[in-house]
Amino acid sequence: MHNFITYYLGAGFWGSLVSSIIPLVFILPFALVAIWLELKISAHMQDRVGPMRTGRWHGWAQPLADVTKLIQKEDIIPAAADKALYILAPALVFVGAYAAYAAIPFSPAYIGSDINLGIFYIVAVSALVVIGILMAGWSSNNKWSLLGAMRTAAQLVSYEIPSSLAILAVVMVAGSLNLNDICAAQSGWFWNWFVFGKFPFLFITFIIYFIASLAETNRSPFDIPEAESELVAGYHTEYSGMRFAFFYLAEYANMFVVAAVAAVLFFGGWNSPFGTFLSGPVWGVFWLISKGMVLVFIQIWLRWTLPRFRVDQLMYLSWKILTPFALVNIFAVGLWVVLRG
Amino acid sequence: MAELRTEEMVLNMGPQHPSTHGVLRVELVVDGEVVVDAIPHIGYLHRCFEKHAEVMSYQQIVPYCDRMDYLGSMNNDHAYVLGVEKLLNIQVPERVEYIRVIMAEFQRIASHLVSVGTYGLDIGAFTPFLFCFRDREMILDLFEMTCGARLLYNYMWPGGLSHDLPPGFVEKARAFIKHFRPAIKELNELLSYNEIFVKRTANVGVLPADIAINYGASGPTLRGSGVKWDLRKCEPYSVYDKFNWDIVVGTGEMGTLGDCWDRYMVKVWEMEQSLRIIEQALDTLPEGDVHAAIPKRVRPPVGEVYVRSESPRGELAYYIVSDGSQKPYRVKGRAPSFSNLSLLPEISRGYLIADMIAIIGSVDITLGDVDR
Repeated sequence: MHNFITYYLGAGFWGSLVSSIIPLVFILPFALVAIWLELKISAHMQDRVGPMRTGRWHGWAQPLADVTKLIQKEDIIPAAADKALYILAPALVFVGAYAAYAAIPFSPAYIGSDINLGIFYIVAVSALVVIGILMAGWSSNNKWSLLGAMRTAAQLVSYEIPSSLAILAVVMVAGSLNLNDICAAQSGWFWNWFVFGKFPFLFITFIIYFIASLAETNRSPFDIPEAESELVAGYHTEYSGMRFAFFYLAEYANMFVVAAVAAVLFFGGWNSPFGTFLSGPVWGVFWLISKGMVLVFIQIWLRWTLPRFRVDQLMYLSWKILTPFALVNIFAVGLWVVLRG
Repeated sequence: MAELRTEEMVLNMGPQHPSTHGVLRVELVVDGEVVVDAIPHIGYLHRCFEKHAEVMSYQQIVPYCDRMDYLGSMNNDHAYVLGVEKLLNIQVPERVEYIRVIMAEFQRIASHLVSVGTYGLDIGAFTPFLFCFRDREMILDLFEMTCGARLLYNYMWPGGLSHDLPPGFVEKARAFIKHFRPAIKELNELLSYNEIFVKRTANVGVLPADIAINYGASGPTLRGSGVKWDLRKCEPYSVYDKFNWDIVVGTGEMGTLGDCWDRYMVKVWEMEQSLRIIEQALDTLPEGDVHAAIPKRVRPPVGEVYVRSESPRGELAYYIVSDGSQKPYRVKGRAPSFSNLSLLPEISRGYLIADMIAIIGSVDITLGDVDR
């Protein structure tokens, strides 16, 4: 029973519809919560208190107020913009981020689509985001946006390789591309998690994947395409209102995607850290989301601590440090798997 | 493939840009992301200081001096009132000069904090910026408690000060120093020696000493290139010769001498030196009446005077011509930011746009000071 909804409703139209809506229902509140967390965490790291008034309790309604404001904003399309691409770009970015949720195993009993190429699918679909960003940068007809888009393309070819190689190492150990199988391969106590497996090779793999995933989500220290102090706002300089909010939403949705993938690949996914204690379909959701949130917290933490890399330094890091290390890791893990199983 | 031609693109950086530190417009000629040429365009903040000064009485000019370099108001006033006093040929009580030095050094720290903090922001680190502003806030509190204003003070008058130090100032100033020394250490750990920060700033925008001198650069920009030149020591004015402190210069510790990191680091080190000066001044603060020497009517004899001082940004000088009336015939301000900004094309060619931000930030200009 990999998807309790299709189990009860059947794999037909209604089952597919409901099971594909669930991630969407998850993303919107998640993005709001993540934005609020980011506001509060950054504030406390900086000796501030952050929003305190909106919604009374610690400003919990601030993101809601922001979104309400953004909905009311005028939707501006620059006169010189390539209108079709300009309108399509934020949708594509959001679709790229959203579609990845289909293959994330939230619990042993719920995965949007239990395809056996799950991880491959996520890597492929996430790359759609970059096409959206390129379209946004190009169609805005703004030099800053164009520079941001160019940087994104440069960033894509740099981080995708170490990230994919890191994923490959895990796939070799698990012997499957299916995310549910990868989770199942790590069941039991937390020392069965892949992050501790084949020590220290998979641990290094995790670090490589995590660094590359920061680049994938355009988060600091790799927020190069939207570097505020350099490119004003990069590829989304010209966007306003809800279209801008889509980029914003996609960024946070993407943060959780990479965090969830890392949780599945390295931290046991929906497995409880304590063997069979607190495990099962319902606790599975809890464990996956909390593991993901811890990684999201680390992303936020890094963002408010580190300065930004330069675009050539990112490429240096990706090509000359991460990629060779990832290759060595693959070789070592492969050797280990062949020799000792 | 032999004739793959690339075109250069002209990119307007500013006047509405997050990192030009005000309303600077830089016309960038870029090839991809490589800067081929950078031409600064100024004048967006021109407020006719010199023309205003011709129709104001000497005392009325002080608030205009405040607004020249709005991050270093105390330093601007200091140089101006020294000039007027020299014209009038009056001797001010020693306490006045001590308080002026204390204020000027606090202002220098506050100014450097803005500069250092926003520099972190330029490089992409947001948190040090807020830490710096937290500490600057305490200095502004001290100013507010002394003269009521937090940014533009009109505190130093020809012949004296608007207010004496309020009760409790000395204790509060000492408390700040006690708090601030560890804060500098924290800043260094968080930003100055951060691997990424060093990577972004070392070996970028290298300014050799001879070019710096040729362009008339001064202040941390000049000292970052290793030139030991600080007017407080080389041509002491006010009571600076009574204190024991060092001129800090760039060392090329992380890369080449005169790179962005050196220019940045000089400011951080200078804050510590300013603390030393303030500490000594607080310890030896003489008694006296700060209003004693303020003339009822400022009417200097015919003549001219040129005063130089070390503002947070470099050599700030006033040339004041008196025709014997209550208004100066001419006041010319020599602004350090203006000369420092002229370096920009020289040191930014061949770097990337991202480096361009680092270079503009490290030269540390205030547009109010550039345009006046």
